[in-house]
Amino acid sequence: MSQQTIFYLWDCLQYLINGITQGSLYALVALGYTMVYGIIRLVNFAHGEFLMIGAMCGFYAIRANQPMGVAIILAMLSSGIIAIIVERVVYRPIRKSGRIPALITAIGTSLFFQYFGQLTFGADPKTIPPFMVEKIYTFGEITISNLQIGILLITLFVLFFLWWLTHFTKMGKAMRATSYNLPAAELMGINTNQIISFTFFLGAAIAGLGGMLMGYTMSVEPLMGMNLGTKAFVSAVVGGIGIIPGAALGGYILGIAENMVAGLYKSSYRDGVSFFILILILLIKPSGLLGKNTKEKV
Amino acid sequence: MDYYLQILLLVGIFITLSLSLNLINGFCGQFSLGHAGFWGVGAYSSAIFTVFHPLGLPAPINMLVALVIGFLSSAMCGIVIGVPCLRLRGDYLAIATLGFGEILRIIIMNTELVGGPRGFINIPHWANIFWVYAIATLVVLFMLRLKKSAYGRAIIAIREDEIAAENMGVNLFYYKLFSFTVGAGLAGIAGALFAHTQQFLHPSNFTFTWSVVILVMVIFGGMGSISGSIIGAIFLTIIPEVLRFAGGTIAEWRMTIFPILLIVLMLARPEGVFGTREFLEKNGKQI
Repeated sequence: MSQQTIFYLWDCLQYLINGITQGSLYALVALGYTMVYGIIRLVNFAHGEFLMIGAMCGFYAIRANQPMGVAIILAMLSSGIIAIIVERVVYRPIRKSGRIPALITAIGTSLFFQYFGQLTFGADPKTIPPFMVEKIYTFGEITISNLQIGILLITLFVLFFLWWLTHFTKMGKAMRATSYNLPAAELMGINTNQIISFTFFLGAAIAGLGGMLMGYTMSVEPLMGMNLGTKAFVSAVVGGIGIIPGAALGGYILGIAENMVAGLYKSSYRDGVSFFILILILLIKPSGLLGKNTKEKV
Repeated sequence: MDYYLQILLLVGIFITLSLSLNLINGFCGQFSLGHAGFWGVGAYSSAIFTVFHPLGLPAPINMLVALVIGFLSSAMCGIVIGVPCLRLRGDYLAIATLGFGEILRIIIMNTELVGGPRGFINIPHWANIFWVYAIATLVVLFMLRLKKSAYGRAIIAIREDEIAAENMGVNLFYYKLFSFTVGAGLAGIAGALFAHTQQFLHPSNFTFTWSVVILVMVIFGGMGSISGSIIGAIFLTIIPEVLRFAGGTIAEWRMTIFPILLIVLMLARPEGVFGTREFLEKNGKQI
């Protein structure tokens, strides 16, 4: 192999690693989309904005000299609480009007929080100060930072936690029952409204965590939710919306594909490639990579 | 004076845009979230014609050709996107059209010929307020005739119940594609007008946010109501400008009224101000 080919391969490996980091962030945010869709069949466009609010609260907590751990917990709690309030005030009354009015309401909520964020927090990007020494490990031509490893480990832990929660706890059983058949679950004595609120809280709290990690790798700004939220949503659809492992799979596919295209071809096509994958998947298998095909009934 | 003229211009362009989206979303019931993409394709393709290859004829004739080119190029995109996408339904269709709208914008952004991210400059000022309102009037008349025609009734039947419509012999795919293509084409005409009145185009004019703004106009007036779309376009273009003069906090927070209006409308009256009816019409009968 010539020298050039070897460097090309090293480059690919480096983009792959960067892609996995980015994919982890997409996966964290996509989990919330997928859980909410799974339980009430609503595409929650405002999910990215819950993330933004969480990251903002985390930023202000750090600026008030709180340790990183407290800031992350505050970010998760604030995202979750905003999500519960929005669900209670906006989504619950609209739920019976059908899916398209609910979708439009979600778009409205998302836009409201974008403008609200710009007015209250200011439109300038804010950087979270480093809370630990960044170590960089070098293997041959590639570099990995301890932050990248941390993000991957946190994502894997969250995935494992969700798997445990949905399969081995009473709450998880109730969530699965509600997503399978809401009226039947209600008849079996499950407080479905409470389960839906809990799902919103859980999804948004994970998004808040993702927002903090995102803010730590890049910056925190009021419109961060729009871009990250759209990508995460695309990941959820690619993996099969409503399926928890699907969200993670979609997130990693998207993260890796975007970094490969941006690195090897042209960075301005970064956003294009994710939508291209989305459309490809929707045309070949509309229910997503891990989804089951359902027939329409009369 | 220029300021008021500009607002009037935008009202006219948005009337055309909201009517074209109403054909897809309101009449046919196919939820599209990528309308700004078609708008952009029409604007850019007509501007490419007038900037690089204008015919050696008077400006009004060139403008007419530009409008036709805007219509055809957007309609072509409508067919290319519609054929694969219209198999999908409901929120999946919304996502797919959103994706295509963004892809169209990213392609424009990466085309060096039209200035890419720097924007497209030096477009001739060949259209004015009379062009805009003449086209808007033609589109309104077209929609009014369409609604009463066999095509219109077939399209409305698809919105009401796809399976029942199919059993009545309506060719679902053909009529869906027809409304999608014509809706896209009309958005292309609005784009051509936009390009030749503003003389400057930038890819950020055609983002997802603008698709949502057009959608809000349609929903505000009522999905499937022509007068509703007109009133939605007028009201939602003028209100943010009026609030600008209200001063202080209201002027600062005026952009949040779009989303709040949308949410309140969905909670209180999901079918919009007019529903599927027209102005001065009750249960399908003129008063």
